[in-house]
Amino acid sequence: MSWTIDGVDLNSRLVMGTGGASSLSILEDALLASGTELTTVAMRRFDAASRDSVFTLLQRLGIRILPNTAGCYTARDAVLTARLAREALETNWVKLEVIADEDTLLPDPVELFRAAEELVLDGFTVFAYTNDDPAMAKRLEDAGVAAVMPAGAPIGSGLGILNPHNIETIVSRAGVPIILDAGVGTASDAALAMELGCSAVLLASAVTRAHDATAMARAMALAVESGHLAAGAGRIPKRSLAQASSTFDGMVAAQ
Amino acid sequence: MTDTAHAPTIVVNGDERELGGPASVLDLVAVTTGRDLRTDGTPADGGRMGIAVAVDGEVVRRGRWADFALADGHTVDIVTAVQGG
Repeated sequence: MSWTIDGVDLNSRLVMGTGGASSLSILEDALLASGTELTTVAMRRFDAASRDSVFTLLQRLGIRILPNTAGCYTARDAVLTARLAREALETNWVKLEVIADEDTLLPDPVELFRAAEELVLDGFTVFAYTNDDPAMAKRLEDAGVAAVMPAGAPIGSGLGILNPHNIETIVSRAGVPIILDAGVGTASDAALAMELGCSAVLLASAVTRAHDATAMARAMALAVESGHLAAGAGRIPKRSLAQASSTFDGMVAAQ
Repeated sequence: MTDTAHAPTIVVNGDERELGGPASVLDLVAVTTGRDLRTDGTPADGGRMGIAVAVDGEVVRRGRWADFALADGHTVDIVTAVQGG
């Protein structure tokens, strides 16, 4: 059931973001309930007044860190942020996020692609957050990224997977893991992503901003596992009319 | 007063700061984080810092902090991991 990125086997197919939790203790409970083995953090200026250290928490929990470049609008800023993350967190894994504007938080394809090329050349294992565009997904794979992460819907929107057909197309042509990233609102969204063939799901707000984050984390873990099992189980074809599951042979009839 | 007459000033995480005397990146990180550091940039008490430094937009590797002298006009960013998607 495990999957592999950059030679690392991961048992959980749920990648949790740490953003949005109102406290570190809520985050800790949610991370544990999710069973995640990989979780994202952002890189920001050190603030001596802030005692909260997500880095210390993740080290204690033994969860692998995937730093992101959230908030970057240009390839230049994203590359610098990735290099700072590599130095600070001692990992060459990076979730590359280059956004176009703050209303949609959707990726800027041009800057994203430039940054992806540069980071791959610089030895990074790049997880590229991108639009649900099959052509762009292919270009990113050809550029050497380790995983392509199409958005189901805008970050934090909880709108689910707006274009399942595109996600399915991306998966069907991919030679690298596809991780559905962004847009998940509830468990059925995560299950659908897996049923469409994704290798994993990345989500944060759906859990951290849920009324009961721990319960939602558990729901997501089950949904991801469920969807993955269903994807491999060979679902029945859809039909326009019913097909009886009980035989008509030996029916009794009233006189 | 000419430009060269003012006290050496650097910008640390967006705030201007006067340099009292010769200082390295290592000194600045130790003061900012309140942790004692070995000359190789690792914490004296062991463990990991989770900190990185850029000077004028270029990463300065931990092992070079002690030898990197701060000078007037340098822009320094000291970053760490925070909660994020």
